[in-house]
Amino acid sequence: MARIQLNNIAKSYGSVEVMRDINLTIEDGEFIVLVGPSGCGKSTLLRMIAGLEPISGGDFTVDGKRMNEVPPRDRDMAMVFQSYALYPHMDVARNMGFSLEIRKAPNEERTSKVALAAQTLGLTKLTERLPKQLSGGQRQRVAMGRAIVRDPSAFLFDEPLSNLDAALRVEMRLEIARLHQRLKATMIYVTHDQVEALTLADRIVVLNAGDIQQVGTPLELYDRPANKFVAQFIGSPTMNILEIEPGEGGIRLKNGAALSVGLPDGQKRASELGVRPEHLNIVAPDAAHLSGTAELVEHLGSDTNIHAHVPGIGQVLVREHGHFPLKTGEPVGIAVDLAKTHLFDPDGRRLAA
Amino acid sequence: MTAIDTAAPGNSRARPSFYFRYMVEPYLYIAPALILIALVMLVPLVIGISYAFQAVNLLRPFETGWVGFENFQALWSDRKFWLALTNTFWWTIGSIFFQFFLGLGLALLLNTQFYGKRIVQALVFLPWAVPTFLSALTWAWLFNPTIGPLPHWLAALGILSEPFNILGDPNLAMWGPVTANVWFGIPFFAITLLAALQSIPGELYEAAEIDGATAWQTFTKITLPFLAPMIAITVMLRTIWIANFADLIFVMTGGGPANSTQILSTYIFTTAFRKLEFGYASAIAVALLALLLLYAVILLVLRKKLVKI
Amino acid sequence: MSALRRSTPLAVTGKYLALAFYVGFALFPLYWLAKIAITPDKLIYTEGTALFPSKVTFENFETVLVATDFLAYFKNSLIVSLGTAAITTCFAAAAGYAFSRFDFRGKRLVIALMLITQMFPLLMIIAPIYKIVAAIGLLNSLTSLIIVYTAFNIPFATFLMQSFFDGIPKDLEEAGMIDGCTRFEALRKIIMPLTLPGLGATLGFVFTAAWSELLFALMLINSNDTMTFPVGLLTFVSKFSVDWGQMMAAGVLALVPSCLFFIFIQRYLVQGLTSGAVKG
Repeated sequence: MARIQLNNIAKSYGSVEVMRDINLTIEDGEFIVLVGPSGCGKSTLLRMIAGLEPISGGDFTVDGKRMNEVPPRDRDMAMVFQSYALYPHMDVARNMGFSLEIRKAPNEERTSKVALAAQTLGLTKLTERLPKQLSGGQRQRVAMGRAIVRDPSAFLFDEPLSNLDAALRVEMRLEIARLHQRLKATMIYVTHDQVEALTLADRIVVLNAGDIQQVGTPLELYDRPANKFVAQFIGSPTMNILEIEPGEGGIRLKNGAALSVGLPDGQKRASELGVRPEHLNIVAPDAAHLSGTAELVEHLGSDTNIHAHVPGIGQVLVREHGHFPLKTGEPVGIAVDLAKTHLFDPDGRRLAA
Repeated sequence: MTAIDTAAPGNSRARPSFYFRYMVEPYLYIAPALILIALVMLVPLVIGISYAFQAVNLLRPFETGWVGFENFQALWSDRKFWLALTNTFWWTIGSIFFQFFLGLGLALLLNTQFYGKRIVQALVFLPWAVPTFLSALTWAWLFNPTIGPLPHWLAALGILSEPFNILGDPNLAMWGPVTANVWFGIPFFAITLLAALQSIPGELYEAAEIDGATAWQTFTKITLPFLAPMIAITVMLRTIWIANFADLIFVMTGGGPANSTQILSTYIFTTAFRKLEFGYASAIAVALLALLLLYAVILLVLRKKLVKI
Repeated sequence: MSALRRSTPLAVTGKYLALAFYVGFALFPLYWLAKIAITPDKLIYTEGTALFPSKVTFENFETVLVATDFLAYFKNSLIVSLGTAAITTCFAAAAGYAFSRFDFRGKRLVIALMLITQMFPLLMIIAPIYKIVAAIGLLNSLTSLIIVYTAFNIPFATFLMQSFFDGIPKDLEEAGMIDGCTRFEALRKIIMPLTLPGLGATLGFVFTAAWSELLFALMLINSNDTMTFPVGLLTFVSKFSVDWGQMMAAGVLALVPSCLFFIFIQRYLVQGLTSGAVKG
């Protein structure tokens, strides 16, 4: 088990600094998801934790011991790669038991641990196959099996599901969640998929351009995003952002409409209003805060997405629950759930209400 | 926790710092190769260049010493040198021209599907595996009217007036080594160009087909531009290599008759090997090196201008 | 393969004719070599230019093997070529691995140095090498040939090995390192088994090159005991300049090892040069 701490971690390639002052404490047994757009540094951070990438500055400690310079094999961490990285010339059983083989564990221990892991993952019948004889989902399981057999102090996942099709991805996500509940081990999981992040994480770390934007539980990120980046990154479909200026008893939208959103005391710096599509509703024109026309109506069955054009403001996305009978081109009135709006200052920071 | 990780991670045994190893490790991997190349090739290269400015002759060990540009002055007025230079030019152009076009044709053929492809590919590449001295001997024998069929065939076709050995005719002798060289060199171009052809994504051809391109258009608009970088580099390397390639001529004609097949590299070798005049041989080599460098620079500049990828 | 879809019977015939031309051109000289070797002495002149001998004999082979130094040359060449191939492949694999997996200071310089060695006339260093080898008393030794050939072949072999390593995902050895290997262990247990075709191709390529080198061998060796094949055969030619059958028989025998090697490796050679074709 492991409590992992990152103190002022920095990463540079030559003279180019790509990451600085990364601070994060991961509690023992916690499931942490690092999420962010591609190129944000999430994989680099994971690889630094694994020891595959040198850390350029700061302290990386596990249970209080500084580990910056410890090679990967002595860090006692298991990693599941995006490409699975199964050894092509070894069968499933040997792949899973390879770490024990390297550590010269007794044969019986190896066999029994591999058998147990294979059973857990439903691979018992496949143990003698080579990776190339397996389907994508099965390979993914072997990769996880290889990590489980180690019984490591922490599991690292580098976008493990991104090569699977949608249905398998959901299935494996559940599998990983179950695994965490059973093993109660520290897990660090990198993904660019916010659904994976929201469903799996105890806490999510949102990264952008080498900086931690926010650390929090999924609901904290959803309800109180620290800034516009997090607000737009978490939640699907994406949050609407409307330009505003402070006005009489609240704010004024660009088309002149006034909304009575409580401005934090004395703060006149609010420049944008964020509101999630699910916090907008289609209503009769006289009860509406905004009115426009439905440009595109997407019927998803469980939900209906209405892309409305509001004159003077632009595109606004409304999400209604269930099937909503509306046709393209019809006029719509939109009501805003004023309690669930977010205000941002010109730097994109969220202004606390 | 298992028995495996009871050893505290990180401090189980004394070892150099992670970073230190990260920095040093690659050098350990390249060190053997690099040291050997430096000792066997680069140091002698420098020594070789210095020889060009010395009189080094094993037969006259007491006349050794620095002579400045004397070797090069001798070179300038050496009729054999200029003859060898002209011959080098024709030898290289003739060889590379046929090697390249026949090699390209073969690569294009091998990039299609046909019956027995694996065995055909192994067979047509075979000349490359034939030791050069043996290729040289074989072709010399083939051109010999006593035991070879070629003079008789050429005579029957009316190319030769009577079946004689063209290797003995100063006007025709160069064709002998060139033919052998073409035979020996086609596989090189075929292999490298085939590898390049196989890395062209198949979708490009499909897209071109959907766009209605003819076979010729596909070739000139897709295949050639993709091959261009590989063509430029292989032709350059190969030209240099052929200009330096003395084995075939040395075995087939020894530079004769009447120096009609003497190229610079055979001249270097015979000067060093037979006369043991290392200084003069090095001066010729330096001249050849300078010419080849000039050629490489010109080609690289042209490539930058012509090749867009 | 789109070319096939469009092809007419005429084009197909043309293609097979062209292939037949290439195969014929490639094989005819070798066929001729073998033909003279199995023609009885008496018929060499009378049937010198006939396509098939009317009688076949293996006497020439017997004479070459028994009555000449052929076997000694063969053994010397085998030692030199195998030694060169083994050492070169080891060194080139290590260097190719470093090029493929590390970014290190001076990498471009090292690559440039290796390219330069491919550009200058090797004959340029024949004189200095002769003097150096003579100075350390290694003339007429197979060791000096192995060292010199190894150095000559390392640059190309390194680039070849690098392209094979490039085709193997980096993830694999990282997974190995996380599983408890040192980098070297990961290289040995995971990467090497996957590079076997590449190692084979490099080994074969270098073997062939060392097997046929003539000029340096000619320069550095002049004792009959340590002559390699090319040198031996050349002296052989001038010694027995009339006995065509025996020379051709010796030639055929000289061909066998390198051709065997080559037929085995040529597929991997194309593969190795095709970028990223070797997926794990």
